[in-house]
Amino acid sequence: MGPLTLITFLPAAGAVLVAFLPKDNPRLIRWTSLTFTAAVLVIAAALYPQFQTGLPGINDPTSFQFSEKASWIPAYGIHYYVGVDGLSFPMVLLTALLCFLCIPASWGISQHVKGYHALFLLLETGMMGAFVSLDFFLFYVFWEVMLLPMYFLIGIWGGPRRVYAAIKFFLYTLLGSVLMLIVLLVLYFNVRDPQTGQHTFNMLHMMSQANHGGILGIHSVRVLLFFGLYVGFAIKVPVFPFHTWLPDAHVEAPTAISVILAGVLLKMGTYGLLRISYPILPDATRQFAWFLALMGTINIVYGALCAMAQKDLKKLVAYSSISHMGYVLLAMSSLTPAGMNGAVLQMFNHGTITAMLFLLVGVIYDRAHHRDIEGFGGLANVMPKYLGVTAIAFFASMGLPGLSGFISEVLCFIGAFPIWQTFTIISICGIIITAGYLLWTIQRIFFGSQNPKYTSLPDINARELFTLIPLAVIVILLGIWPHPVLNLMNTSMTYLGRLVSGGLL
Amino acid sequence: MTEPALYILLAPLAAFAVMIFFGKKLPRGGDWVSLFAIWSGLAVSLYLLAQVLFAYDPDFCETRSIEWLVWGDFRLAAGMLIDNMTVVMLVVVTLVSAVVHLYSVGYMRGDPRYTLFFAYLSFFSFSMLGLVLAENLILIYAFWELVGLSSYLLIGFWYEKDSAANAGKKAFITNRVGDAGMLIGILLVLSSLGTVSLHGIADGVAAGKLGGGLLTAVGICLFMGAVGKSAQFPLHVWLPDAMEGPTPVSALIHAATMVAAGVYLVARLFVILSFDASVVIAYVGGFTALFAATIAVAQNDIKRVLAYSTLSQLGYMVMALGAGAYTAGFFHLVTHAMFKACLFLGSGSVIHAMHHALQHTGSHADAQDLRNMGGLRRKMPLTFWTFLISTLALCGVPLMSGFLSKDSILAGTLAFASEHPAHWLLPVFGFAAAALTAFYMFRLVYLAFSGTFRMGADAERHLHESPSVMIVPLVILSTLCFFGFYTLPAFNPTTPEGGWFAHLLPTPARAYGVAHYAADLSHETVVPGEAFEQVAPHAEHSAHGSHAIHTIAMMISIFVAGLGILIASMGYYWNRISPALWQRRLGFVYRGMYRKWWIDEIYDVTVVWGTLGFTRVLTWFDLRVIDGLVDGSAWLTRQWSRLSGWFDLRGVDGFVNFTAWFVGIWGRFVRLFQGGQLQRYILYTLAGVGLVLILSVLQ
Repeated sequence: MGPLTLITFLPAAGAVLVAFLPKDNPRLIRWTSLTFTAAVLVIAAALYPQFQTGLPGINDPTSFQFSEKASWIPAYGIHYYVGVDGLSFPMVLLTALLCFLCIPASWGISQHVKGYHALFLLLETGMMGAFVSLDFFLFYVFWEVMLLPMYFLIGIWGGPRRVYAAIKFFLYTLLGSVLMLIVLLVLYFNVRDPQTGQHTFNMLHMMSQANHGGILGIHSVRVLLFFGLYVGFAIKVPVFPFHTWLPDAHVEAPTAISVILAGVLLKMGTYGLLRISYPILPDATRQFAWFLALMGTINIVYGALCAMAQKDLKKLVAYSSISHMGYVLLAMSSLTPAGMNGAVLQMFNHGTITAMLFLLVGVIYDRAHHRDIEGFGGLANVMPKYLGVTAIAFFASMGLPGLSGFISEVLCFIGAFPIWQTFTIISICGIIITAGYLLWTIQRIFFGSQNPKYTSLPDINARELFTLIPLAVIVILLGIWPHPVLNLMNTSMTYLGRLVSGGLL
Repeated sequence: MTEPALYILLAPLAAFAVMIFFGKKLPRGGDWVSLFAIWSGLAVSLYLLAQVLFAYDPDFCETRSIEWLVWGDFRLAAGMLIDNMTVVMLVVVTLVSAVVHLYSVGYMRGDPRYTLFFAYLSFFSFSMLGLVLAENLILIYAFWELVGLSSYLLIGFWYEKDSAANAGKKAFITNRVGDAGMLIGILLVLSSLGTVSLHGIADGVAAGKLGGGLLTAVGICLFMGAVGKSAQFPLHVWLPDAMEGPTPVSALIHAATMVAAGVYLVARLFVILSFDASVVIAYVGGFTALFAATIAVAQNDIKRVLAYSTLSQLGYMVMALGAGAYTAGFFHLVTHAMFKACLFLGSGSVIHAMHHALQHTGSHADAQDLRNMGGLRRKMPLTFWTFLISTLALCGVPLMSGFLSKDSILAGTLAFASEHPAHWLLPVFGFAAAALTAFYMFRLVYLAFSGTFRMGADAERHLHESPSVMIVPLVILSTLCFFGFYTLPAFNPTTPEGGWFAHLLPTPARAYGVAHYAADLSHETVVPGEAFEQVAPHAEHSAHGSHAIHTIAMMISIFVAGLGILIASMGYYWNRISPALWQRRLGFVYRGMYRKWWIDEIYDVTVVWGTLGFTRVLTWFDLRVIDGLVDGSAWLTRQWSRLSGWFDLRGVDGFVNFTAWFVGIWGRFVRLFQGGQLQRYILYTLAGVGLVLILSVLQ
């Protein structure tokens, strides 16, 4: 059993174990799931020094790392095929880290502790599996595996409108899955394994245009397939106008689930575009790159403007996520080395920054039991440490130098600018709005005269710091020295950009 | 030289880290950590200055860099650039910062966040020094934003006050507007030249890789950053509000160093500015110089007067650089840093004393309002004398540093206008602002220091001179207001020419001019648009013609300064002119000056309300339209399912039931004939047979 199989299925094993633990011992359950997520994190971290940054991966089976391949359903050419390259490995690290930190962040969950942790671990399996899959069928299975635990985690442990939010999330994502399934089947029946001549779900075979046959030769079919996948992935990102499930889901979801949702699940959308749409349908990608850039720009500006008007802190952070995922879209649509690297770096950095933001919202919600921005005021003197950590997260989100958000935003702009000047200039105006709503929020919560209701709120505690400090350290380190993560992806993303833009075809 | 520079840069950063994590546990709140970092930095900077002076080489330059970001095959280096300008800036920044650190020990004593204040000061020093040392535009942009952050933190240092928190936010966002333009400029440079290093850009422009309208666009975009940071019109609105911060911060950040960063940037980019871009820069600067001076005339808050004065002086520097007077513009940055820091620290000393006195008498009067002061000269002699010296420097009185630098600027604009008569407005801006400067500064001095104290004898008894820890910085800075420090070895009191400063920082040749000139020679064609060679020779040209122009400029500037001082004296010292009467006579003009020409109000109504209103509309759109469509489609699906449910129940199932019913009816009918009586069956049979017979007979 290879390391990728281990990190994918270890959480599932943990879920089974948790399911057999006694219901009345929440401590045991929590520590068990902490152990399992920690084990995944340790394994993922151990892979880091072994990961060879010079290998591109993407469509080259020989340069995928830690790959494993076994026949699963031979009758239909379905394989258990996993491996990582510079695109997926940073996502694997991000998932392992955030899942580990989310267990202590879920310490406060007191209802149905067993079910919560079992579902959470299952969710981790789904996410890991989706990131390491190189077989489209396998990817689809993991994609659906993510969906169900999320539905229950929001629907059972969520806020007052949890049922509405959970159903909305589920149906919306399912709509995307259905479209993806159709594309999956069309690809399957028109792509043949060059060795066996059989139909195949192998993504790498699908990427080789020589293996395409049947209706895949028709340009309009390829465009339809591109948009089928696009809608499926755009719902996850989420791209305007498919984004309205996100604020609802975030507001209702418990803190740790929001962290996973914004930190990892949203990346699944842009990851899917880069892993599947880009290399399998490069011509359609090139043709509609302008569309991706346009949608990215709309996301950036529209998300930021909507964020400014929010009164609920969590909703504000949710809209800021929409805005920040726009950078990823804009950057990846350029296909330039800076843009491709910037996109994945922004995915990673947004994952850590937004995780901090949601954890911080959770901290204040646990104390004040509301999230109304106007309902705080003057907390700076009551919770100085909380202010310090919040400032790091907010300033990172604003793209302030010295913090990781700066590097990825600048890289996104550098990449996008030569190709999409107007879109980039409009997007740059988005950074003014971003500064506006974040500073205004800081002011309303922390500054001004002290709200007499909250003079005795306890400052952030050790458990909360335990979840936030690692993220803060990463945000600062990658802000000063982004090399450790940027270096992971550079070869693969540059290669992918050239592959799609036609430089290597 | 790079190792000492690295020490200068990193010492304050280390101090910041120590202060944040351990500051409160250290004796004296750890202020000595920050003080040590910056004073040792000053010592090292002076050592570097000494080296530069001994070398006495205008072309001195050292760089050092490490690979920072790699994408594709592109390698972006993080590096430092040390030339004469860097060294001068290092000295200015560390010097002002060091004396402000010292002053703050007295000024901030007893503040509940004393440690945090010093931590922020250290962080600011680090960012500002990084900005000065950075070798490429992206790194400059990074430190640029960091000084913005430290400015935000320090303006809003007393965040319990809404006005302070608002001012911090306003400063940051206004600066972001400029920074967005600057970022676009950087992207333009990077995408057209493939480099962001300062030397690389100059070389690229000199080689003709970037020119024409695009180069002008680059110049103006990058200048937008300077407009924000150096608070030029129309992004000047944040600086007066920034006076909500503690006064040492106003002196350090919002007078001497950070706001000069924009000027520094323009100076760095001087070689690549196209003629059109230069003209835009000159007009923005010139207009700001005059515009801000008119506002300063009517303000009553001591710090506000100084703030508008800062705007005006920054405008001078920007105008100078735009008009090609490179050395003069940068020289004014240096001299201004000294006398304006001294003025702010002096005002802080006054406010400190006023605050103390008013508190003792239980008065809630404004400690910063000039109308509450008067006669402070007797109570605070050292503050008065240092304040007066720096005022003289600011007004451009002979023998003072400000005379040298302002005079060079005015001479530069006059020379520019004599070559381009269309731009005659620039020197007019300059001289008018000089007259107003002399007026408002002496108005301030008279209102604060002469006459009698206006808050009563009781409060007057509690007025004291500030502690020596605050006075020593004033003495140091006011000493540096004399001309001699800047014109050695020539020691000429009328011009910086012949002094070390002018020697080490001569006006560089325009990179664009060179390329253009070469292109013209090779193609024998005139490239459309204004070309720089019109100005390029001006540097040498003016060397000959400058003497006459310089003399004229000097005479006019002495005259206008004298006029300003005279009118101020007549109004506020000899009481020969009634200010109240003139306020009424000027009517609308006075109200405009007093209300800062309503710029804030205009921005509130247009930009701020517009944006907020727009966000509300969008949110409504998001909730009602976009999400409405989602919920609507869900509703539609449910209605559809209800309809099909009805159809299923009534239609499909109805048909099934109908069939059953129909069969049942028939069955019931047919049952009528199945009575089980044999006689009836025989009867039916006979009837049937009869019917058949009748039918067959009929046929």
